[in-house]
Amino acid sequence: MNAGQLPRWVDFGLIPLLNLTAAFLVSGLVVLIIGENPIEVVQVLLWGALGFGEGVGFTLFYATNFIFTGLAVAVAFHAGLFNIGGEGQAYIGGLGVAFACLALDQVVPWWVTMPFAIVGAALAGAAWAFIPAWLQATRGSHIVITTIMFNFIAASLMVYLLVNVIGEAGSMQPETRTFEDGGRLPFLNDFIPFADFGTAPVNLSLVLGLIACFGVWLLIWRTRLGYEIRSFGANPTAAVYAGISPVRTIVVTMLISGGLAGMMAMNEIMGSQHRLLIEFVTGYGFVGIAVALMGRAHPIGIVLAAVLFGMLYQGGAELSFEIPTITRDMIVVIQGLVILFAGALEHMFRPALVQFFTMRRLNAAQTG
Amino acid sequence: MFETLILLLDSTVRLSTPLLLACLAGLYSERAGVVDIGLEGKMLGAAFGAAAVGYISGNAFLGLLAGIGVSIGLALIHGFASISNRGNQIVSGVAINFLAAGLTALLGQAWFRQGGRTPPLPEGGRFTNIELPFAEAVRDVPYIGPLYGELISGHNILVYAAFAAVPLTWWILFKTRFGLRLRAVGENPAAVDTAGISVIWLRYRAVIMCGVLCGFAGAYLSIAQSAGFIANMTAGKGFIALAALIFAKWQPRNAMFACLLFGFLDAAAIRLQGQEIAGIGEIPVQFFQALPYVLTVILLAGFIGKAIPPKAAGIPYVKERT
Repeated sequence: MNAGQLPRWVDFGLIPLLNLTAAFLVSGLVVLIIGENPIEVVQVLLWGALGFGEGVGFTLFYATNFIFTGLAVAVAFHAGLFNIGGEGQAYIGGLGVAFACLALDQVVPWWVTMPFAIVGAALAGAAWAFIPAWLQATRGSHIVITTIMFNFIAASLMVYLLVNVIGEAGSMQPETRTFEDGGRLPFLNDFIPFADFGTAPVNLSLVLGLIACFGVWLLIWRTRLGYEIRSFGANPTAAVYAGISPVRTIVVTMLISGGLAGMMAMNEIMGSQHRLLIEFVTGYGFVGIAVALMGRAHPIGIVLAAVLFGMLYQGGAELSFEIPTITRDMIVVIQGLVILFAGALEHMFRPALVQFFTMRRLNAAQTG
Repeated sequence: MFETLILLLDSTVRLSTPLLLACLAGLYSERAGVVDIGLEGKMLGAAFGAAAVGYISGNAFLGLLAGIGVSIGLALIHGFASISNRGNQIVSGVAINFLAAGLTALLGQAWFRQGGRTPPLPEGGRFTNIELPFAEAVRDVPYIGPLYGELISGHNILVYAAFAAVPLTWWILFKTRFGLRLRAVGENPAAVDTAGISVIWLRYRAVIMCGVLCGFAGAYLSIAQSAGFIANMTAGKGFIALAALIFAKWQPRNAMFACLLFGFLDAAAIRLQGQEIAGIGEIPVQFFQALPYVLTVILLAGFIGKAIPPKAAGIPYVKERT
């Protein structure tokens, strides 16, 4: 351990914890400003998220969305790319799911539809990431800006498609027809006998998300491609000298990232809504950034962070029932603060900690 | 036909104004090397602050000041994260957008209890339209009358401020010592540092300028264009401004033209909604909504000229490696 470095447990445990604590303390301050009791808010939030079966079910349902978008951001991170377009990729991913379900739901059972829907979601999401990736790789257009632009293009495209092309005729809502049983993933309630998730739509996608986590771990740390991705992310110039093609790495990484973001639609569209509708992503793609940051771009960290954000989502919903002055916007505030403290202000506590641990080491060296 | 054109251009000016203010805001920040995707959030925060104070005080100028104050506050958070703490500027921008979206709706509901809106502003709490001299007198003169009376006269003061900010920004950035240093710090901060000028303080000033202009943009939305704050009323305008900034290749004059173009697309979309165009048929409104972003992507791809950002944009400045 050199000077200026911290023990691993501090780097991966204490610093994220400190950042999170800071975010929650400021959130508490916001609650105080509104004139409510932060302790009571925490109690309601925790109870709403974990206190009863249905709450846990909803927490896991939201967490599933965050696992996918978090993984999407994390994979791109490893290649040094910032995929801020998870929002649009997930949205377009819904198109892939809906096509599979609308084509097959009346003909075959769900387990036949599922693989097609997964492929559809991943392909659609990947396709939406392809142009920004290709432009970054070959023409140097900044991927952050192009993916932001593609989020908005996706939003316009989906409204157009749902209103004018694939929307159900005669319906006032811009949405497709509801899928039959062949286009619906089973709820966890249905096939886990002792589960008691009530009406929570937590479904098979959760298992899919966990498999995706394992897949990402395998890809990044156990395959040649993963090694290339990490090398390219750590030092693009060195990677090129080692014979790694930057164009190929950027495009492939972004396709995987986009595909993972697209698969979020499995949970929302095939798992819960059972129809394609506008604005079903509502920020999950952006929160994926926070999830990936907090999870340190590692699948295990991402699952933990996703559950945390799932708790915030579900607990926040409960909160707006119990304490009406605190609307669901409180969750957006907390998310913003977590992104700020765990992401942008990541290194705020580091200098002080480095000083503390260096002092301690010096003291130990003198006395010992 | 002429009448329609004047009306279309008139609404173009109105719709371009917030884009232009936010775009110039981004110009200061990015020219100094601080990428800012939090324009949207700062505008939204400013819109809320302006409407809240405009409602309580009944004074539009106090509202504007409050809007600017909120926006500078958010800008300083961005500065603290990305300049002082050398954090990731994109992440910080995303955080600002979340914070603004959440806090405005939450505090709006807690303070005014109207579903996140502010109550309608009283008479003096709003910037009203100004009739320029002789606008009434020349109204009947063909062509010049409508041009002067409708298009140039009859906007609120923030519209004129926005268009006046274009030459002012050009002058500050390209004709003053501060501007030279500000641009230098966005291209090569190490050289500025070697000359004995504080990189940090320069970047902070750039970020504050960004806050001031975003404050104007937000106030325009809530206390000039409409009479109150509505949750999420910026609706992506901050990102269109960001696109315009790239489209303008980080130049003030181009920024004005880019914003006028994007404003015109918006105005045309409203005008053409549900109308058939000979030979083409009805153009879906979403086409116009997506067009600014599509154009920006095409520009970024290098098919219309080349957009080269300031060299040090997005890179935190590290004085010395340890």
